[in-house]
Amino acid sequence: MTLTLDIDKPSEKKPVVVQTIILAAGLALLVLAPLFFYPVFLMKLLCFALFACAFNLLLGYTGLLSFGHAAFFGGAAYFTAHAVKEWGLPPELGILIGVAGAAFLGSIIGYLAIRRQGIYFAMITLALAQMFYFFCLQAEFTKGEDGIQSVPRGHLFGFIDLSQSTNMYYFVLGVFIIGVAIIWRIIHSPFGMILKSIRENETRAVSLGYSVRNYKLAAFVMSAALTGLAGGVKALVFQFATLTDVSWQMSGEVILMTLLGGIGTLIGPLFGAGLVVTLQNYLATSEFPVTIITGLVFMVCVLLFRRGIVGEFYNSRLGRKLGFEHRH
Amino acid sequence: MIFGIPLQALLGQLLIGLINGSFYALLSLGLAIIFGLLRVINFAHGAQYMLGAFFAWLLLSYFGIGYWPALVIAPLAVGVVGAIIERTMLRRLYTLDPLYGLLFTFGLALTIEGTFRYLYGASGQPYATPAALAGGTNLGFMFLPIYRGWVIAFSLVVCIGTWLVIEKTKLGSYLRAATENPILVQSFGINVPFLLTLTYALGAALAALAGVLAAPIYQVSPLMGSNIIIVVFAVVVVGGMGSIMGAIVTGYLLGVAEGLTKVFYPEASNIVIFVIMAIVLLIRPAGLFGRDV
Repeated sequence: MTLTLDIDKPSEKKPVVVQTIILAAGLALLVLAPLFFYPVFLMKLLCFALFACAFNLLLGYTGLLSFGHAAFFGGAAYFTAHAVKEWGLPPELGILIGVAGAAFLGSIIGYLAIRRQGIYFAMITLALAQMFYFFCLQAEFTKGEDGIQSVPRGHLFGFIDLSQSTNMYYFVLGVFIIGVAIIWRIIHSPFGMILKSIRENETRAVSLGYSVRNYKLAAFVMSAALTGLAGGVKALVFQFATLTDVSWQMSGEVILMTLLGGIGTLIGPLFGAGLVVTLQNYLATSEFPVTIITGLVFMVCVLLFRRGIVGEFYNSRLGRKLGFEHRH
Repeated sequence: MIFGIPLQALLGQLLIGLINGSFYALLSLGLAIIFGLLRVINFAHGAQYMLGAFFAWLLLSYFGIGYWPALVIAPLAVGVVGAIIERTMLRRLYTLDPLYGLLFTFGLALTIEGTFRYLYGASGQPYATPAALAGGTNLGFMFLPIYRGWVIAFSLVVCIGTWLVIEKTKLGSYLRAATENPILVQSFGINVPFLLTLTYALGAALAALAGVLAAPIYQVSPLMGSNIIIVVFAVVVVGGMGSIMGAIVTGYLLGVAEGLTKVFYPEASNIVIFVIMAIVLLIRPAGLFGRDV
């Protein structure tokens, strides 16, 4: 099973300087962003960007299309919200519980799903995530249709008041940077190389003696845990956790963000998430349903635009000049 | 009384299970046929099922065209729409990873559903049972609404008919041959691209037919497709898409299993099919009737 993933990390030859400048500018932009934009909007964007990056670890770098990542995102949101609200835990511990819960869910769903490949893998993850959705619908602690409401943000490490939106924003930004750094570390490690070899040619990887199943499961659990990080933080940002986050539409959304931004690029999902979240905010006030646009964008992306925005940029003249050339 | 459950309730749920099973069978049959030849998992199958029901409803409420003509017109219309989509868009994806087909049809499903939700709202529209099939009959041990009996019988006929067409006719043999080796079949002078279009149209029409059948039982709503398609995916994973008969049998079996769960442990009835899927994955990953792909 190989997606057309000729997109890879930018080659690290001479234009390192240019790339460092771009990275620094991007960071500066994120640090200064609350001066220009509504903080809750930015925090939502960062949560979804991290979610999409974590999802891309699986799709872009391991070649596994999960159609059930909402279970980890929404599941972690529930766990964090419950831990913070009902058990009175501080936010950092609450998020940790969300991450652990998502990793646990990921290990169960992953263990079952990796028994089949390709298209079946996608269907199994979708079905199991739907099962988790029904569980959340009926379980006591999720409060059913209402969801867990008015979750306190609390004090980070006991002294940083997160109910202040500036504090909260920089906390979310910090989590986002840590999350992306972990993903960067994973895909540039020997472990990440093996994941890519599985993506390119699974049979070959088996014949080279790698225990492909274990690697896939490990990648799945890592992706689930990082997704849980995004979900847990999101629950604190919005101060609620509801069924929306565990629904299959959410799994579809994260696929769209990744596809739109560029499968298999580290920062592509960030752009994809930005576009989708902006679009949702823009359409939220109108009568026009977002799903029509989402669906059309899906179709257009798949038909004409499979590299995504960042992938197309890497492949363009300017992108190549800046050293983001494709490796074929 | 069986295990402390009144016989009436047991048989009633068994009947509901068989009805749900009829829809699972019809839908997973269509999915299996499309997947067999096109290597595309048709995520839009649920949307096409919904389209079938909606066309029937639209025909009745705007043109006064009743159930029986709708049973023919709606599948034909959805089949034609399917053929156009295959010709103009889906066709471009055959050379790519099958996952792109899944993503494309997912987008298609979202668009169709969103459009109908925008036009007709999310709430369901009732569709009256056709006069000839109204009422019920007393079987002595239970009361059987005639329409439900009709759905079970008719879906069985359609399933077996489709199976016969694929296994026993010339056209079916072309289809099966093209599934095995499309290039070879094309070199024999058979128009494989046309076969692909026909197959997708046939699959879409089957889904629409199921939709028309469902219209008088469930409410006609834009969301009816997405609710059922995920369950049908689980059915397909359990059955394995290797065999047409496997898809049909699994559909009915899981429908009945769901119905029985409703009697004995209602809380789990939503998830029992997924649980069965998980167990099958543990014991026999290729699916009950599947060849490993």
